[in-house]
Amino acid sequence: MSTPAPTADLSARFGLTAGRRRKDKFARGVILAATILALVPLVLIIYYLLKKGLGAWSSSFFTTDPTGNTFFKNSDIGGIKSAILGTIEMVALASLISIPIGVGVALWLVEYGRNSWFARVVRFFVDVLTGVPSIVFGLFIYIVLIIGTGSSFAGYKGSLALSLLMLPVVIRSAEVILNLVPAGLRESALALGAPRWKVIMKIVLPTALPGMVTGVLLAVARAAGETAPLLFTAGSPKTTTYNLSEFMNSLPVQIYNDVNSPSTEVVNRAWGAALTLVTMILILNLIARLISRRSRLA
Amino acid sequence: MTSTGRTEEVTDVDPDRSSELERSEPEVAGGRPEGFAGRQRLTPESTEQPPAPRPGIVKAGFSVKLEQLRAFYGDAEQVKGVDLEFRANEVTAIIGPSGCGKSTMVRCINRMHEEIPGAHAEGRVLLEGMDIYGSSVDVVAVRRAVGMVFQKPNPFPTMSIYDNVASGLRLTGRRGKDLDARVESALRGAGLWNEVSDRLTDAGAGLSGGQQQRLCIARSLAVDPEVILMDEPCSALDPVATLKIEELIEELKQRVTIVIVTHNMQQAARVADRTAFMLDGQMVEVGPTHEIFTKPKDSRTEEYVTGKFG
Repeated sequence: MSTPAPTADLSARFGLTAGRRRKDKFARGVILAATILALVPLVLIIYYLLKKGLGAWSSSFFTTDPTGNTFFKNSDIGGIKSAILGTIEMVALASLISIPIGVGVALWLVEYGRNSWFARVVRFFVDVLTGVPSIVFGLFIYIVLIIGTGSSFAGYKGSLALSLLMLPVVIRSAEVILNLVPAGLRESALALGAPRWKVIMKIVLPTALPGMVTGVLLAVARAAGETAPLLFTAGSPKTTTYNLSEFMNSLPVQIYNDVNSPSTEVVNRAWGAALTLVTMILILNLIARLISRRSRLA
Repeated sequence: MTSTGRTEEVTDVDPDRSSELERSEPEVAGGRPEGFAGRQRLTPESTEQPPAPRPGIVKAGFSVKLEQLRAFYGDAEQVKGVDLEFRANEVTAIIGPSGCGKSTMVRCINRMHEEIPGAHAEGRVLLEGMDIYGSSVDVVAVRRAVGMVFQKPNPFPTMSIYDNVASGLRLTGRRGKDLDARVESALRGAGLWNEVSDRLTDAGAGLSGGQQQRLCIARSLAVDPEVILMDEPCSALDPVATLKIEELIEELKQRVTIVIVTHNMQQAARVADRTAFMLDGQMVEVGPTHEIFTKPKDSRTEEYVTGKFG
């Protein structure tokens, strides 16, 4: 029997019926429609951002501080320099606070705490913190550091609010990546007679590093886009400052204030600032992608 | 372990052998490393004799003796009171069906078992007469003396071939200027030198599976262990790579004591001097390999080696 002709029996068993074909087409159509529907707002956001935002961009837009002259037509409203620098400064300080602490917590959870009751408690609180609305962090800092001490807004207080916001994100993402480091690597390093802290420093961390950078940069990007924690912790001054104990402007707060203005020019400045913010976050995400491409944990 | 117990064990050691144990062996190991304190803690004091250089005689590995070893995962007892001796410079194979506690037992010999959360071991593991579960024993020093090769080749992914081999020395704080020589000696010892000598800076993870496993063996050898535990070292490898590892085991037993866990009974028959058959956490039968496979004393051993179950 070399190649028997397919019998009627077999084609009945393996043949594709018209009904099955129709169902397949329908299901595919529904999924495709959902995808397109989700794309519509995304594409529109980018379209409006580019259309309105690019119009506001100019060289002086990035190099001058906003002015207070927002009520009179054709007056110089200035740029967003103080907002860009304020965002960079506050997010940088927030990262300096939250990344070492967050990575430390994640290391403890994965390498030492594991499934102990205290580790479970820590994980529970981290999960709760992840779900806390960002304005609550701002409120917390406002109550403790501004009302509580009777002092005024300051850049570092904004940073603290942002770092509280970043902390659970950093912990969770670092923990996920550290868990991905194969147990076999730790075991073989321990079996070589390496003390645990050296296994962590020389084997676990270098292996997890590219993946952790991705998670950390996403946390940074999230902090950079937050308005609420900064509104009543850092304020919204106009001038550029490099002193983190003074009031400090930021892109999200600038956008928030500008959008409320009756002047079209000022609203356009908000679009320009929004495009700037999105571009900055896009660059961060691209860096994260480049680094995670080099990741050895797939 | 009490001090009286220790002297008792020590007197068991053949005086000829114990002097060999203390001798450094420059040709193979490239001399004793500086950071030797951990090892000395393991050596029974009464065997401290001035080493007489006797060229041509290779350093022996350590013997390992299990006494009523019990190993637990939480409350579940996986190894149920095993007595077994692994003789120095012999290859001992552990065979038995999946889940019988072979790996768990072997992981007790370098105290890796306790790294699993909730796991612990009871009983005694005597390394050349010294109980490694004694309260004053440094776990890290035990692991330096008892190396381990795992089922899945797992070179450190962030490191080059060279760094992988050197990692054991670096991680244990024994750098020294003869690092190059020690890396070469370990790679030669693992039969990998000729294949990788021109690309030592390439990633270790870029090698083939068999090469990776030999790299892991080289990594263990570099810290100059007395015993190497191999937990199914060939189960992820093809027959050609397996053969190479088996030839290597034959060579390595000149230097170290080897314990190999295997599912492959032909492999046990090929490489092991002695074979131990385990079933359900208990040691059923131990003996010279040919006896275990040709005239086993226990009917369960016979049924297992003839393929009636397992």
